[in-house]
Amino acid sequence: MKGNEAIGEAAIRAGCRYFFGYPITPQSELPEYMARRLPAVGGVFLQAESEIAAINMVYGAAGAGARVMTSSSSPGISLKQEGISYLAGAELPAVIVNVMRGGPGLGSIQPGQSDYFQATKGGGHGDYRLIVLAPASVQEIIDLTWEAFALADQYRNPVMILSDGMLGQMMEPVVLPTQEPPVLPKPWATTGAVNRERNEIFSFFMQGEQLEEHNRRLEQKWQAMVEREKRVAEFFMEDAEIVVVAYGTTARIARRAVRQARQVGIKAGLLRPISLWPFPDEAFQRAARKARVFLSVEMSLGQMVEDVRLAVNGQVPVHFYGRVSVVPSPDEIFAMICQLADEEVAVNGSVRSA
Amino acid sequence: MAVFARPKALTEKPWHFCPGCSHGIIHTLVAEVIDELNIRETTVGVCPVGCAVVSHEYFNVDMQQAAHGRAPAVATGIKRVLPERTVFTYQGDGDLASIGTAEIIHAAARGEKITTIFVNNAIYGMTGGQMAPTTLLGQVTTTSPFGRRQDTQGYPIRVAEMLATLEGVAYVARVSVHNPKEINRAKKAIRRAFECQQKGLGFSLVEVLACCPTNWGLSPKESINWLVENMIPYYPLGEYRLPKEVQ
Ligand SMILES: Cc1ncc(C[n+]2csc(CCOP(=O)(O)OP(=O)(O)O)c2C)c(N)n1
Ligand code: SF4
Repeated sequence: MKGNEAIGEAAIRAGCRYFFGYPITPQSELPEYMARRLPAVGGVFLQAESEIAAINMVYGAAGAGARVMTSSSSPGISLKQEGISYLAGAELPAVIVNVMRGGPGLGSIQPGQSDYFQATKGGGHGDYRLIVLAPASVQEIIDLTWEAFALADQYRNPVMILSDGMLGQMMEPVVLPTQEPPVLPKPWATTGAVNRERNEIFSFFMQGEQLEEHNRRLEQKWQAMVEREKRVAEFFMEDAEIVVVAYGTTARIARRAVRQARQVGIKAGLLRPISLWPFPDEAFQRAARKARVFLSVEMSLGQMVEDVRLAVNGQVPVHFYGRVSVVPSPDEIFAMICQLADEEVAVNGSVRSA
Repeated sequence: MAVFARPKALTEKPWHFCPGCSHGIIHTLVAEVIDELNIRETTVGVCPVGCAVVSHEYFNVDMQQAAHGRAPAVATGIKRVLPERTVFTYQGDGDLASIGTAEIIHAAARGEKITTIFVNNAIYGMTGGQMAPTTLLGQVTTTSPFGRRQDTQGYPIRVAEMLATLEGVAYVARVSVHNPKEINRAKKAIRRAFECQQKGLGFSLVEVLACCPTNWGLSPKESINWLVENMIPYYPLGEYRLPKEVQ
């Protein structure tokens, strides 16, 4: 299946029956897929007049108790930020897909990874968090989309799938889920106050103290996510001295480079964050105890590398290699690994020990 | 015997609105219609950003509060999930005719089966009296301190007339609540708008001319006169679309 379509099929199998979107390359196959498939399963596809309208339709549908999704690519996600902040503030579950392209501005339609800050550090206004999941294969797209709906319901919070143009267009054989999706009751939904107290969904608090109380309660939710939802994949990490860090498309390529390095006797390993928020920092701290150097590889000028540095916390040097809206080749990354290996040898042979 | 009992579709919460503000009357009319149609338990409302931002505390129905201008999109999401429910938005003129112009036009063009109560007080109330898209030419506001000029600030938008050109619109009317006779007419229009939705005819909207004494800088009584003398000539009252099913 194609990456973008795989998200759609996984969502439908996870019980998503409502999709509101607006076309943008390189994600349009996803709304197109939903337009074809949703009516057949009794769902609704609606092409909104803008990304702003689409995310607010998601807000309404989520508030009415539905499993609902929207997708876009970088410039469109910028427009959705208002709605994402409102979803988080009003505690509504929804899945938002960003098939990243290059930026800033209109950028390019080639794959990019420069929305990392926007995805993981907020993007919209206010002190909110999203669970951000970054798949690296079409199968993982399916597995994480399925999980995203369950996580959104569990925490009553939006969850973002951070894909990119390369993963979106890639075709791979997959196994689709066939089990029944988990369903949580939603007694808070605004479905009409039949035989119950009425429900209110809002994010406005007139008094500062009330808003603080609300935010403190949300903080506990963010904390629970930090404790329970960190995900990471490790490759050749048992004895890694040079730790390559990458996510999504870049991680697939870095994996090849790491294998090449192993073939020439360099002890390289790959640490691949799957949850970009919460960031799997313990895995980095563990790795930093054994490694000599880290190399963060991204399709950006350096965004995730800041979280890598925070997690490594000065224990070992953290280097960065980035391309902008150009997919790096395994050889480029391999060359970086070799360079770091040489530098390390040189440093070890002389001054290093401090 | 109580002749004017509090509608069941209103909570006990006292208004926060200023003296002479029309929002309270309009809330009451909507609540009375909900009671009369016996849809309190099957209605979901969407409140705006503006002076009616907390109307989820007043309407005794399930309510969602939307981002500034986005209520028609939020209502669309609700209605698509719950097609059997009655869904309405309650919006001011800044909310609907400025930041949310795209959302209202497209909800109307889609023929979204929702009802919008549009409160036109020709000014931004909540943020302290700035110019609205509905502010009249010559009208002084905090951001048109020399009076609105058409050559630099453009013309006020007639929302009811504009939406009446769209095929998806089933019912659109402009009413006022400045005296008991007009209040009765307004209520009838609101009722028709909800009935259009119940009958699945399409999008319905009632524009209600309203007073904002606080930001107009007038007494409640002067405000009524100002509305009659200035607003009604530019914003004529009437039904701009009326399907035969609700006549
Ligand atoms: C995105 C955004 N922009 C601006 C505001 C500030 N704001 C709050 S209310 C309002 C105007 C409301 O005016 P109107 O819709 O006419 O309602 P009224 O208060 O007059 O009833 C504005 C601009 C906001 N809350 N959100
Ligand atoms: S500011 Fe104007 S619109 Fe707002 S409550 Fe007061 S009178 Fe009403």
